[in-house]
Amino acid sequence: MHLILFLVFAGLCLAGAINLLLQSHPINSALSLIVVMVSLAVLYLLLGAEFLAAAQVIVYGGAIMVLFTFVVMLLNAGREERTLGSRAARAIGFPAVVAILAVIATVILHAQGLGVARLSDGITSTEELSAVLFTKLLLPFEVTSVLILIAILGAVALARHSEGNADSQGSAERTGEK
Amino acid sequence: MTILWFILWSVLKVAVVTVVMLLGVAYTVLLERKLVGRIQNRYGPCRVGPFGLLQPLVDGAKSFMKEDIIPSGVYRPLYLLAPILALGCSLILIGVVPFGDPRVQLHDFAQYCGPWIASLVPRGLYLFQISDVNVGLLVILGVTSIGVYGIALAGWSSNNKYSLLGALRSSAQLVSYELALGLSLVGVVLRAGTLNLRLIVEQQGTRGILSWNLFGGMQFVAFFIYLMAAYAETNRSPFDLPEAESELTGGYHTEYSSMKFAMFFMAEYGNMINVGCVATLLFLGGWTNPFGNLFGTSHNVFVQALLPLFWFVLKVFSFLFLYVWVRGTQPRFRYDQLMNFGWRWLMPLAILNIVATSLWLALR
Repeated sequence: MHLILFLVFAGLCLAGAINLLLQSHPINSALSLIVVMVSLAVLYLLLGAEFLAAAQVIVYGGAIMVLFTFVVMLLNAGREERTLGSRAARAIGFPAVVAILAVIATVILHAQGLGVARLSDGITSTEELSAVLFTKLLLPFEVTSVLILIAILGAVALARHSEGNADSQGSAERTGEK
Repeated sequence: MTILWFILWSVLKVAVVTVVMLLGVAYTVLLERKLVGRIQNRYGPCRVGPFGLLQPLVDGAKSFMKEDIIPSGVYRPLYLLAPILALGCSLILIGVVPFGDPRVQLHDFAQYCGPWIASLVPRGLYLFQISDVNVGLLVILGVTSIGVYGIALAGWSSNNKYSLLGALRSSAQLVSYELALGLSLVGVVLRAGTLNLRLIVEQQGTRGILSWNLFGGMQFVAFFIYLMAAYAETNRSPFDLPEAESELTGGYHTEYSSMKFAMFFMAEYGNMINVGCVATLLFLGGWTNPFGNLFGTSHNVFVQALLPLFWFVLKVFSFLFLYVWVRGTQPRFRYDQLMNFGWRWLMPLAILNIVATSLWLALR
């Protein structure tokens, strides 16, 4: 049962990812990405990580991808023109991708003590997860929150900066018209 | 318990609950029309059936009969997907809601039909909850956040300025108020120590109304925030900017007709019921008796099973009543007021509520 579900959703995930690359319209790509995110959440659930699955749907499926579609809708981006890409990019790109994948795969296969996750009925409760998160991994957790805070401050600073620019540009245009 | 029994029973439960939910949606529309009518000093629908009680059926038939127009400029796949997504997300949520005492089993009733049938029906087939999920609250938040796409895609794929504006307003509004909504629920989760809806309710059932999270748990600030955010999340007045008739004709569903429009309509009212269910579970003690054990408990199996159902429906009904009351009396917010209110008032207030609740729990 778990294996069947795994195969179905892993297939859906891969299909979504490939569709994301093949679609020429940005909104279709964004929607394929949502399919990828949600089927990933189902895979987490199959591995017994229910909190992670729910967080994946809420944060990635619900919040981040809404912003993606929001931006696509706001800019009303049209169809991309399909080009074959430069020959040099293809000549270097494909071997580079293969090389990177090979390196990542060997590192993961040779790494020790990563722990095992099986397709099973066993579910890691939110309590267990938070106990590990707030005792063993407290420092990385807090550092991540500082990182996010810095990102927010950066976004605010950028928005303010460009706002000031837009104002000065606008006034320059207006004076130019006169 | 065999897996076959379980699957059969689940399918049956899903079918019954979906039908009840759709009927509830239909009669919520009637409730709104009647109540708003009364608020405006008129009768509301009163011609079809006694007191207009058959009006929803006639409305449904009308929606089916209408011509289904698909404008030529729309982006078809998403135009067709959007109403399904909206309605699906609104109907799916009831699946994790315990709407009666979940300990009641089918076995309890089978005993009344004779020992032979009782021996046939296995134990463990629960009556009043479709699925008991450990992270039920997060499932609700997740499905709600996916529901945004129904509206966003409808507005974008319609290829119409009004629709697009409605959809943009709606996505911005939903993303903004989702934060306040989620944060307002943290206080309740902190008190309960679990995300399981059944356990959250059971902890509120000990002393009736005094142990509700709203009163005994001192979560009235959280309840207020939840209420405001819920109005915004369901696009209801006074935050119904995505479909502001005077500015956007119909907002995101301007280009939809016939049954597709009806699906958006049903999704909106379904979401109202969902929000009412969540408020009932988290703040108003769910299916438990508001009088606690004041009047003693009945030993009749049927009363024990049906009384919690009655309390739950009554609480959700009062929430819907409040919804309509607010719609009938409050004017619509301006867009900048909406955003200011959400980000500058509700968000900080929700964070303060979390801090206060944690302090209270830590120092108690």
